[in-house]
Amino acid sequence: MSTLTPTMALATANRTGKTRPTRNRRLLVLNLISVVAGIAIWWLLSAIGLRIPSPLATVSRAVVLIGDGTLLGDIAASLGRVLTGFVLGTLVAIPVGFLMGWYVTARGLIEPWVQFFRTIPPLAIIPLAIVLLGIDEAPKIFVIFLAAFLACVISTYQGVVTVDRTLINAARVLGAKDGRIFLRVIVPASTPFILVGMRVGLGSAWATLVAAELIAAQQGLGYRMQNAQLYYDLPTIFVGLITIGILGLLMDRVLLFAERKLTGWQERR
Amino acid sequence: MTTDTAAKISVQNISKIFPLGNEDFIALGDVSLNVADNEFVTVVGPSGCGKSTLMNILAGLEQPSGGTALVDGKSVSGPGPERGVIFQQYALFPWLTVRKNVEFGLATAGMPAKERRERAQYFIDMVGLTQFADALPKMLSGGMKQRCAIARAYAVNPSILLMDEPFGALDALTRVRLQEQLLETWNKEKRTVVFITHDVDEAVFLANRVVIMAARPGRIHDIVDVNLPYPRTEEVRLSPEFTALRNRVWHSVYHQDSSASPSLSPTTASA
Repeated sequence: MSTLTPTMALATANRTGKTRPTRNRRLLVLNLISVVAGIAIWWLLSAIGLRIPSPLATVSRAVVLIGDGTLLGDIAASLGRVLTGFVLGTLVAIPVGFLMGWYVTARGLIEPWVQFFRTIPPLAIIPLAIVLLGIDEAPKIFVIFLAAFLACVISTYQGVVTVDRTLINAARVLGAKDGRIFLRVIVPASTPFILVGMRVGLGSAWATLVAAELIAAQQGLGYRMQNAQLYYDLPTIFVGLITIGILGLLMDRVLLFAERKLTGWQERR
Repeated sequence: MTTDTAAKISVQNISKIFPLGNEDFIALGDVSLNVADNEFVTVVGPSGCGKSTLMNILAGLEQPSGGTALVDGKSVSGPGPERGVIFQQYALFPWLTVRKNVEFGLATAGMPAKERRERAQYFIDMVGLTQFADALPKMLSGGMKQRCAIARAYAVNPSILLMDEPFGALDALTRVRLQEQLLETWNKEKRTVVFITHDVDEAVFLANRVVIMAARPGRIHDIVDVNLPYPRTEEVRLSPEFTALRNRVWHSVYHQDSSASPSLSPTTASA
């Protein structure tokens, strides 16, 4: 009897194994064409006299900013803020999300506040945060923390409440008590949700960071662009924008990679 | 009135009532049943007859509204390792390999890693998943997943196996193969089995005794003894004796109308 079904499963494995790389390569080529075409259009637009710096002018400004250390300093300042806020937000969000999903009492007490603060854009907190926390790093990190926390807490909570009841029952009939069910079933089953929440949280943190730096900072990518605006320095603004985009993309890819590694067990269709 | 405490499983006057709007839905009304040690009982009935509710009560996943379920003379109050459960949806932990799934109950019981691994291997071999011991569930077909679930249930050495339509989601051919394999396993490792199904052929093919349930309210309608010899082969499946029993059970399941009418749940005036 072990002859029929294993061959079926192997056949499925072969089929997916053959088509995946071909399709991926095709997508990659299309991505590349799209990027090149986009830069070409940008070039064209700047060449026909639209008031934007050409790709070349942007690159040469980037070289200058890298050369005098300004860009790296700004990146370090911005990344430092976003990572601090994001890590703190996630560290608080995961246990709170679990509490909300696992205990009805915690859900009842915490959920109204989470839902309320979710409707306020973190940027709207900035004036209050500056008044209460000063114009130092604290208010910026606080709003980033809030943005990351709110995104992650909701999806962690969702992850816990949507865990398949049958899996919990399966663990119970195998003798598992609450503690073990939590660690061995709830935590792994909600990992995909947590990771999605972290990705959303990171995106949200990044968006909040730049805006927070536009308001009050001495260093950072947002500050640099704000400053460049005063001097009508368009190439610097472009360098700032592109850097923000690339860094955001890189961080998202890191999390996506972690997601693939940690949740590869999921059945994908 | 059954009060036989010597039975392996003794279901005594169990009822289960769910509130449904402003009425009560009687999922089970006064069900009594005894199952002997190492007996293979199948429970068949139309949907809504409460057969899954009965199994969940035996598993300790649900509490009855009235009556008691005794296992080895002791009242069931929650899940226990002496009762293994196999679910229709397989319920494998998708993040664990076949081996780790089978080891789950053993690890829960605190068995040392080496012993656990040996024991898991024995049952993985038994259900024919040796080559797939380190595969994740997503790599397995439906039939293989259910074999893994059977190995996982067997590994903790339960004296009772409760199976809730375990082959319900499988294609006909895989289903027949798994039925034969389950009986083979049961012959080697005798257990008391309560097997829920809606498939009359399956019910007759597997069982010592077929319990036929009826709906509204859920109750036992009839019990048919299956005196066919084990091992049950294709020959048995095609024999006239099998066909006769099958027809009898079929009739009992699908022509319950004559006896069902007086016991409808009381209708309260709806607003």
